[in-house]
Amino acid sequence: MNTSDLIVVGGGLVGTALAYGAARNGTRVTVLDEGDDAFRASRGNFGLVWVQGKGFGMTPYARWTMRSAAQWPQLAEALNTDTGIDVQLRQPGGFHFCFSDEEMQAREARMRSISDALDGNYSFEMLDHASLKARLPGIGPAVAGASYTRMDGHANPLKLLRALHAACRHHGVRFAQGSRATRITPQAGGFEIEAGTATWHAPRVVLAAGLGNRELAPQVGLFAPVQPNRGQVLVGERVARFLDHPTTYVRQTDEGTIQLGDSLEDVGLDDGTTADVLSTIARRGVRSFPVLESLRLVRAWGALRVMTPDGFPIYQASTQCPGAFVVTCHSGVTLAANHAFSIAPWIAGSAGGGAPAGIESFSGDRFLNGNETFQHAH
Amino acid sequence: MPTNVRFRSLVPADASPRGEPMVNLFFDGRGLQAPAGCSVAAALLANGVSTFRTTPVSGAPRAPYCMMGACFDCLVDIDGQPNRQSCLVAVAEGMQVKTQAGLRSFDGADAVIAEEAAHVE
Repeated sequence: MNTSDLIVVGGGLVGTALAYGAARNGTRVTVLDEGDDAFRASRGNFGLVWVQGKGFGMTPYARWTMRSAAQWPQLAEALNTDTGIDVQLRQPGGFHFCFSDEEMQAREARMRSISDALDGNYSFEMLDHASLKARLPGIGPAVAGASYTRMDGHANPLKLLRALHAACRHHGVRFAQGSRATRITPQAGGFEIEAGTATWHAPRVVLAAGLGNRELAPQVGLFAPVQPNRGQVLVGERVARFLDHPTTYVRQTDEGTIQLGDSLEDVGLDDGTTADVLSTIARRGVRSFPVLESLRLVRAWGALRVMTPDGFPIYQASTQCPGAFVVTCHSGVTLAANHAFSIAPWIAGSAGGGAPAGIESFSGDRFLNGNETFQHAH
Repeated sequence: MPTNVRFRSLVPADASPRGEPMVNLFFDGRGLQAPAGCSVAAALLANGVSTFRTTPVSGAPRAPYCMMGACFDCLVDIDGQPNRQSCLVAVAEGMQVKTQAGLRSFDGADAVIAEEAAHVE
């Protein structure tokens, strides 16, 4: 019998973080993972563990993000203990560059607003060109300044995904690969889920299917109106260390690779790359750090973010079908610690695992009024 | 990973297969010959070079794997330009090819020793 305590629909960063968190507490978990033809956002992201700028206009999201960043060292440690994989977490503080005085003013207003809403428990700095140059000598003359918080960091997103999969297996999670869930039927004592020719049963189910959540959520009385938003990324050769801090558009991995991002494109389910967007990304990278002009590029890709109308996550327990949950966000790296340590125990019904404080702010019902103006969250 | 060369030239190393003119180039200062039109990677392999680069992460030796531009294991420094894919560059008279030792740096100086540059902790 294909039975377990909890079925996680989706084997990306969100699904595996939830499965890992639940399995650590003894829950028997099955993960239904669609396969390599899925739009795998978890294989295309930039790898920031990012706080600054997030939660503008939605203070609970600022708090939620700060909490996950603060818990990230524990997650990295737990994964290393369980799997021996170092996910290369570094949290040295991050910079967001501005290229004009107007951008600086808008950025400061945004940061100030978030800080005020948090009663000042949000330390940030606005740095003019000279102060920024003192900290990052490589910046170019086109950079007007930057905002900085010490809360920001980065990790290796592919190593994170691999570590989460390995850690899940270590704790006995069963993976059903090539299993695209198509129908979820509430029945006595739980749910029946159809995936291909197989049928799975569990008293609890969480939808962590990225863009697939849009179709699946209504089957269990939930609402997750997510849409794709494309980001393109350029990857350069490995070079000697020149940048210790993550920035919004340029970062250097632990192993020396330069990553340049990103774009925000409303192009439906097209995860390809385009020369015009990639050249814009490259140009901005060189304006940020002129030395990048000689960087040899190795790869480029596009990936689809999973965006809600307001850019903030959805966490919700179904009242119509108790035992069903939906989790969706576009920050699967940053929020991984919260997903493993706070959301998973709630979903699994573990001892002491009640609903995280303030979780009702993230209900998908906030979109039932038809307000679907899409925007970006950081 | 062993990188010993398993290619054997079908013609003497200093003779060209189809009568192309031979080109003189250098690998880490040693003079080599290869037929015009040949890739740098093929030229080095035919001349018995077994280590093209050392990796930035572990320092392990590497040699070409795919010979078609996909694997990035054949990286060398060519005429002062680091991290060139030698399988995609044709030999030229007088070309100076050097081992790609770990990470390149941005200052135009030679590639930096891997351990030191990668901040291994």
